[in-house]
Amino acid sequence: MNEPVEREEYRPSGTDLAPKLRDQEVGRTVVSARIPLSRADLVAYAGASGDHNPIHWNERFAREVGLDDVIAHGMLSMGSVLARITEWAADPGAIVDCRTRFTAPVIVADAASGTPDTPTAYLDMAAVVGAIDEEAGTVRLDISVSCGEDTVLGRTQAKVRLA
Amino acid sequence: MAVNTELQGASYALPEPYEVSREAIIEFARATGAQNRAHRSAEAAAEFGYADVVAPPTFAVIPSQRAEALYISNPEAGIDFSRVVHGSEQFTYARPIVAGDKLNAVCHVDGLREAGGHAMITTRTELTDANSDDAPVVTVTSTIVVRGGEA
Repeated sequence: MNEPVEREEYRPSGTDLAPKLRDQEVGRTVVSARIPLSRADLVAYAGASGDHNPIHWNERFAREVGLDDVIAHGMLSMGSVLARITEWAADPGAIVDCRTRFTAPVIVADAASGTPDTPTAYLDMAAVVGAIDEEAGTVRLDISVSCGEDTVLGRTQAKVRLA
Repeated sequence: MAVNTELQGASYALPEPYEVSREAIIEFARATGAQNRAHRSAEAAAEFGYADVVAPPTFAVIPSQRAEALYISNPEAGIDFSRVVHGSEQFTYARPIVAGDKLNAVCHVDGLREAGGHAMITTRTELTDANSDDAPVVTVTSTIVVRGGEA
């Protein structure tokens, strides 16, 4: 009679899943993603960040200060893009430096139909290995971020420490 | 209203350290779509050697914007907030922020110049560990543009 054999289950730890410095190659795309944004996302970010500027949730106020409509917090775009990088890096503490320029506003209109969390804008991002610093043990990712035709985050970079 | 250029070099400190809670990290991670388990689970964070859940890299904007607000909303600064546009942002980490941190924040007005009716202001906010002799944690460099009024 065969007894069921107990097998040791292999469960990779976070560090096993992290990308390795030796596997990196300049010019290779390591992350690409399309990030949906809805008016509900802007309200959630306002609450989480403490940035309650009404240009991020009130159309009338946004128009009064010369915008076409409500716009996303620049820091919501930056944070959402970096969230994809920390997923790739496995260790969120591996990001030692990150920077961006806010080059164009991301308009997030109220959804014309459906629920209020229906996305009305999409960020397209791609992160490419720009440089490898063997001595520091870091890679520099150069990240492009656009919304429709517009580059919305310019010169976006993240320096990531890898084992 | 004109931006007061005499404040170049001025510093503004948060009166009390910002206390980093797990709840704040989880809420910020959710709001930015950050699904890394180390933001939610102390066990997952421990796999990387951290004492508690790890904040997303841009979480530092919460305490740094509070310190910047001490400058920007000071009537002395002469900044019309409805004309402020965010220009750029940079975070340089000495170590990641984890739940339980108490962070002191000092905002330094490093650059202040006017050109073509607009003002460009660079602030540098130093976040330091209040529990550890103000050891550096992260430097947040931010530029804002204050658009000029229609003449």
